[in-house]
Amino acid sequence: MNIANYLYLSALLFTIGSIGVVLRRNSIVVFMCIELMLNAANLAFVTFSRINGNLDGQVVAFFTMVVAACEVVVGLAIIVTIFRSRRSASVDDASLLNR
Amino acid sequence: MIRTALEVGMTKSPEAILFWVLAPLSVLAAIGMLLVKKAVHSALLLAWVMISLAIFYIAQEALFLGIVQIVVYTGAVMMLFLFILMLVGVDSADSLLENIKYLRPIAVTAAIGIGGLLVSLIGRATISHNAYGLSIANQNGNVQGLAQLLFTKYVWAFEVISALLITAALGAMVLAHSNKVRSKFSQRDLSAARFRGKKLAEAAGLPGPGVYALHNAVDVPARLPDGSAAATSISRVLEARGDVLESKQFELQQSEDESSDK
Repeated sequence: MNIANYLYLSALLFTIGSIGVVLRRNSIVVFMCIELMLNAANLAFVTFSRINGNLDGQVVAFFTMVVAACEVVVGLAIIVTIFRSRRSASVDDASLLNR
Repeated sequence: MIRTALEVGMTKSPEAILFWVLAPLSVLAAIGMLLVKKAVHSALLLAWVMISLAIFYIAQEALFLGIVQIVVYTGAVMMLFLFILMLVGVDSADSLLENIKYLRPIAVTAAIGIGGLLVSLIGRATISHNAYGLSIANQNGNVQGLAQLLFTKYVWAFEVISALLITAALGAMVLAHSNKVRSKFSQRDLSAARFRGKKLAEAAGLPGPGVYALHNAVDVPARLPDGSAAATSISRVLEARGDVLESKQFELQQSEDESSDK
């Protein structure tokens, strides 16, 4: 098996995640799809680290994980705040600027 | 020698088996994540994708990242997701109606475009060497190698990341904090509310549930003097759940008891 297959898998997962971000309405599921995209990028970093024979890619993947954790914490807090005021977790209901 | 990414290096067969078993499964789980209606099912499928990615990391000589992936992602992050899901309405199924016209075909076309672009990019990419593998970089251990990089070359990024973590924790606290609109009801307020309520008969408190010889739990209503059940004597929650028993069935039936004694 070729190492590049990991890169193809990463591209595929990233694409699936991007479809989910656009198509799903539930803000939590949208968030999960963003996590999927971040994870796909991490897989690419780890694979490149292996191809290039140094650990820099893994360090970057590690930083991505930390940033993803921060993003989840703040994002979910925002979702909870929006849910409190609008009683809904759907991204379509947060459309005040549209009116 | 210049090689395309397609031929950077072949891996040994156990890893190939691992890849060809787990990769289709994780792609299927990711697609399922888009298709299932309930958010909890999406979360479980995402957890599966993350665990398979952790296995891929370990297979690719990134032991530390594999463990961190399981601990941080499938442990902490997915738990946080499920926690918020339970808080925000676990049973609210996602509506799959299209609000924007032709959103779905446009999104799928655009995504296929992005995917095709990425795949063709990987296929055409040229890498000037074979895959080195991490056996030299990992010779003192993966964790030690990572730590050495983290605390020398990337120490500034590491410090910035720590500031980011603290900021995120503070931000979440500020966002999720809510001021109390009114103070708690005191005993005096509650008493006044009872006497100014709709029925003066309930000012002394609601009647307790029925106490019978064979049954004295809270799911049987007490009986009024005319023999009917007192609706206020049982919790509304139990009533809505349908967990209320009929008080009639605990009536002492004289004739039957006498016949059984004989």
